Amino acid sequence: MKAVILWTDAMIFLLLATAIAGTWWIRKRPHLMLPWQRVAQSSVGMVSLLVLSLFVLVGLLDSLHYRAALPEKNNGQVVYSPEVLSAFDTLASGLRSRTEKTYSAPLAACLYAKESIETADGKIMRDYPRLKYGGAHLADPQGELMGDVVRRAGVGAFAGLLIAMVFVAVAGWIKRSVSTRKVGGGYATLYPPYTRRSLLMTTLILSILIGAVANLAPVYHVLGTDKVGIDVLYLALKSIRTGLVIGTVTTLVMLPFALLLGIAAGYLRGWVDDVIQYVYTVLSSIPSVLLIAAAVLMMQVYIEMHPEWFETAAARADLRLLFLCLILGVTSWTGLCRLLRGETLKLREMEYIQAAQAFGVSSFRILTRHIVPNVMHIVLISVVMDFSSLVLAEAVLSYVGVGVDPSTMSFGTLINAARMEMGREPMVWWTLAAAFGFMLVLVLAANLFADAVRDAFDPRLNRTETV
Amino acid sequence: MIAYLIRRILYAIPILIGVNLLTFALFFVVNTPDDMARMQLGIKRVTPDAIEKWKQQHGYDKPLLFNAMAEGAGKFGDTIFFQKSASMFVFDFGYSDDGRNISREIATRMMPSLAIALPTFFVGLLIYITFALLMTLFRATALDIAGVALCVLLMSVSGLFYIIGGQFMASKLWHWVPISGYAGGMDSIKFVLLPVLIGVMGSVGASSRWYRTIFLEEIGKDYVRTARAKGLSELRVLFRHVLKNAMIPILTGVVVVIPLLFMGSLLTESFFGIPGLGSYTIDAINAQDFGVVRAMVFLGSVLYIAGLILTDISYTIVDPRVRLQ
Repeated sequence: MKAVILWTDAMIFLLLATAIAGTWWIRKRPHLMLPWQRVAQSSVGMVSLLVLSLFVLVGLLDSLHYRAALPEKNNGQVVYSPEVLSAFDTLASGLRSRTEKTYSAPLAACLYAKESIETADGKIMRDYPRLKYGGAHLADPQGELMGDVVRRAGVGAFAGLLIAMVFVAVAGWIKRSVSTRKVGGGYATLYPPYTRRSLLMTTLILSILIGAVANLAPVYHVLGTDKVGIDVLYLALKSIRTGLVIGTVTTLVMLPFALLLGIAAGYLRGWVDDVIQYVYTVLSSIPSVLLIAAAVLMMQVYIEMHPEWFETAAARADLRLLFLCLILGVTSWTGLCRLLRGETLKLREMEYIQAAQAFGVSSFRILTRHIVPNVMHIVLISVVMDFSSLVLAEAVLSYVGVGVDPSTMSFGTLINAARMEMGREPMVWWTLAAAFGFMLVLVLAANLFADAVRDAFDPRLNRTETV
Repeated sequence: MIAYLIRRILYAIPILIGVNLLTFALFFVVNTPDDMARMQLGIKRVTPDAIEKWKQQHGYDKPLLFNAMAEGAGKFGDTIFFQKSASMFVFDFGYSDDGRNISREIATRMMPSLAIALPTFFVGLLIYITFALLMTLFRATALDIAGVALCVLLMSVSGLFYIIGGQFMASKLWHWVPISGYAGGMDSIKFVLLPVLIGVMGSVGASSRWYRTIFLEEIGKDYVRTARAKGLSELRVLFRHVLKNAMIPILTGVVVVIPLLFMGSLLTESFFGIPGLGSYTIDAINAQDFGVVRAMVFLGSVLYIAGLILTDISYTIVDPRVRLQ
């Protein structure tokens, strides 16, 4: 086994490290904690954060890539499989390997359309063929299927509920023992009762759902199978990582530009401001879809001309994903840059900046100590607000054909592959439903969380309560 | 005001040159004229002679940016970049790779694009503002909260869902209108109806919520309190006073996109088979037709800049305090 670190993996773990470091940094500083405490008080915000963290968990597991060693050796040298797998693939190896012949409906035991089957006595009859894996343990699918599904879902849901309750009880016990030690400590007031209640309810509902699906998935295709018989649940779960990468790495890429140029333009003014304004007017006057399309097409040609760069197909697809993030970043930094420029223009006239200038503090120090911390809330708000629109944009771009590599599983490629299926007879609706459903949950959670963050950080909202 | 406009239009020239330079770089950094010739000619018939001939026919046989061989102004003038972009400024876009006149193609495809984009824009604006005003009227009640929740839900649904779902329901399930296609004249109504409906639906969530924030910001101001104190009804306050004063922030976001309506919508047009500029662009992208893509980028930038100027002019119309100079 050989660990493979793709470009986007590196980016994701860089982001994770930044997030952890940031949390640690903020925890020690009460004035920075304050807005986050307001986020923690919003029950909608916390519930959506819980849902988001499930998606992030899947995405992170899916970012630990490796190549398995093949059993045969080449002159004593270990040969690695050309297929790049992830930790998530290993966990869900059952889902990945149980492929059927073609379409089958969710929780079905037979294929979706009739085929000619040879019966035991040599006659040919038209019937729905049984699936290789889905419901294979049933002797008589027509009679047993319903009962078996309900029984399995029930058992799974109950197990999920039980695990969640044990988990909640243990967490509550730990918290109680911590807060008795820290008398009057910050922990007790972190969540108001209604937030705690809705968090608890969401945890229980989610664990019931996950338990039921986890118990059904080994013997059924919970969301059906696609054209070549791959489990749609697996495809949808794999798509999560692509969505997360697009939504987060893009902002990571564009943030330094926007921050640096926006603040420089606002603070230094003069010709610097003119040049930067020129650059972002040029960039924003090109219709973004066209710019993305042109850039991605050129990238495609370039990659095709240099096949020797890439060891594996995954590395190639990954570079294209990274490039898509880059170009999305290039088209989207202008908005934030303009906002930051405006805010810096306003800040540099404030008394405390003038005082610092009068004391002879250097420009660099004024920028880092006084300006940057005071525009960070704008950066944070725009980062969380951009996430959901980027996830949605990915689907559209992949549909148009200028998005991720066709071999990368994403919501866009899933929808693109399934768009003609509604016209089939009988109708194949489950791939589209799964893609749109997962995307809706992800984007909705992101939107709600973004709203909570904005409400907590926006200084324009007049707040009287103190936390 | 005239002087201001002239200055703005002159300022557009360096921006358009920048746009051209950028698209030019984007295409030629990785894709040399030789590669383009090879791709157009196909793999079988590629000989050095054929490539030279193709380049000569299409005007790619000059240096890219700087011609060291030429004299004086020709050093910059006799290059691919100058030859291909200078004509853009008089809206002569040249010929596409399949030999058609791009300008004429744009002129004929503009109508179908507008037939979709204009109704979508105006019907949409009417619905969004009405919905937002209603939410403002019932602010801080259960109705308002439900409205905002609906908006968040609607804006979290992918635009593709509205298109695929709408096509399926209206065309396949209920047989209202054809799934896709386009016809001129009065027949166009039945082809236009569904794309317009879906286009309006697609941004009802985000837009209504945005207008609601604008109205809420206005409603806290002093003139609103004065109006209420005079005994005006809440409806009158909203429609006569708040709506008028909210025009500036509304126009900022709205007027910019009006010229861009000419470009059509890539997604809607390709889904519904509308022969407009959006589908033209998508086809050009897929065929890697540089001439068309560059023409569309140029056109888009011109329209965007026109939108910015129009925005400034519209301020003077709704707010007499604004003077352009």
